[in-house]
Amino acid sequence: MQATATHKPIHREHPESPMLEIDDVSVQFGSQPVLRNISLTIPAGETLVILGESGCGKTVLLKTLIGLVRPTRGEVRFEGQSLSRMTERQLATIRTRYGFVFQGAALFDSLTIADNIAFPLREHTRIGEREIAEIVESLLLEVGLPRSAARKKPVQLSGGMRKRAGLARALALDPPLVLYDEPTTGLDPIMSDVINELILRVRAREGVTSIVVTHDMQTARKVADRIIMLYPLPRLDAGESQIVFEGTPEELDSTRDPRIRQFVEGRAGARLTELQDEQARLSEESP
Amino acid sequence: MAAASATTATPPPGVTGWFANQVANVGEFAMRRVAGIGDVAIFSLKTLGWIFARRQRRDVLLPAFYQIGVLSLPVVALTGLFIGMVLAVQSYAQFKALGLETRLGSVINLSLVRELGPVLAATMLAGRVGSAMAAELGTMRVTEQIDALESMGANPIYYLVVPRFLGCLVLIPTLTIMADFMGVLGGYLYSNVLLGIDYHHYWNNSREYVDAFDFLMGIFKSFFFGAAIALVSCHHGFHCDHGAEGVGRSATNAFVHSFVMILVLDLFLGIWLNNVHDFFRPEGPRKLL
Repeated sequence: MQATATHKPIHREHPESPMLEIDDVSVQFGSQPVLRNISLTIPAGETLVILGESGCGKTVLLKTLIGLVRPTRGEVRFEGQSLSRMTERQLATIRTRYGFVFQGAALFDSLTIADNIAFPLREHTRIGEREIAEIVESLLLEVGLPRSAARKKPVQLSGGMRKRAGLARALALDPPLVLYDEPTTGLDPIMSDVINELILRVRAREGVTSIVVTHDMQTARKVADRIIMLYPLPRLDAGESQIVFEGTPEELDSTRDPRIRQFVEGRAGARLTELQDEQARLSEESP
Repeated sequence: MAAASATTATPPPGVTGWFANQVANVGEFAMRRVAGIGDVAIFSLKTLGWIFARRQRRDVLLPAFYQIGVLSLPVVALTGLFIGMVLAVQSYAQFKALGLETRLGSVINLSLVRELGPVLAATMLAGRVGSAMAAELGTMRVTEQIDALESMGANPIYYLVVPRFLGCLVLIPTLTIMADFMGVLGGYLYSNVLLGIDYHHYWNNSREYVDAFDFLMGIFKSFFFGAAIALVSCHHGFHCDHGAEGVGRSATNAFVHSFVMILVLDLFLGIWLNNVHDFFRPEGPRKLL
């Protein structure tokens, strides 16, 4: 990481505030509620893992944290500043302090890997092309990609390599907060562990806060300081909190809540019959 | 959820309920359409705003111009050539029956530069360029590339829509000139080589009845066609539904809606430009026959 020493150093504009505060956030798409009254505080330097089954609103929550999804109610504060009250320009500026690793990497198809990684540097800094090339090379090295990958287009890389290139792009501006959306989904166990190691390595950077959305228990146990588990709204009672668990990985393993145990142990259990009942109900309703 | 379902209003039974449902459906349809038009209007205003808000980047503009302009050249030239020839085929019998086949040049070239050249070139480009833009942006939406742009503090309208909009605005009129030229050439070649019409009379009649206003009228309209194709197609791409089906649907809708816009704009601009013509030339149009 010699070249990244020339980056803007990681600093916090408001060190007295927590990195992120989620204050009573609800999100609804049309008539469908996805998140209900979520409140969380994420201190600087923490690695928070958000667990939950598919469709429970994990990714929506992650996108709400960066302002890609606007909450229907409540607000998200980044270092004490409310995202909801920002103009588009202010939001764009604050987003340079985030790194976002997308589930499918979301690399730009039309650009090479080097241009993908250089994109935020060209967009937000006045660094010269030679220095950008050095930073790109050091980021490729950091995520374990060969130098030859720089000239390739995303379609020419494997899924694991694309994920790593996506991580390199997210780290280009040395953000103090990195968000990971399902970082190990679709990868083989070895590549999943490579990504987990990279998450740990990023955390080791001074002051980096990480939020990891996943349903991979191995990732959760390996990288988390704190875990929360979201539960799908349709299966919750009216007044029940959508965060059904909050604690350390050890506490997660020792919990007795059957909903959490079922998830941790990966058992179909009653869900199989629930799905069959739902299918039967739908076929009865349709003519 | 129990509380939510308890508050849901159930429609009254029987005919009244059916009628209430139909009214609600019509209302919902109208609301959706109005919201859709408002959405396109805001999208268009944002695009116009970003043209002036920040200097355009050469490395972003050039690929868009290449895709829209250079790669469309062969298909537009072919379209123009065939329009000219088909006009000659269709008009010849009637003109010959009146003994006026030497006037063929005036009717072919007039209808070509005022109407058929701009409209058919724009239609062809709505298919080639509009659908491609909608499919490309739709795929970027589905694969979260547009979200990625936003997450890096870059504006997707500035990066993805403005270059395509400027490309269509500048190059569709240029391609229309190409279509007009090839149409004039195609009409002449068919009339002279295959129908044996004397070239002197053909060109002389064309020059007499087709003036700069007719040509400029077609080019003026093509600026609007270009803008409409870009805005409609990019909007469909940006609001693409998930999956391959969503991308396919947005590409199809981009073409259909662009085509409808071309026809509507052609009608209203045609009426307005005729009034402009009458204002500057109160003696009215010259008689073709």
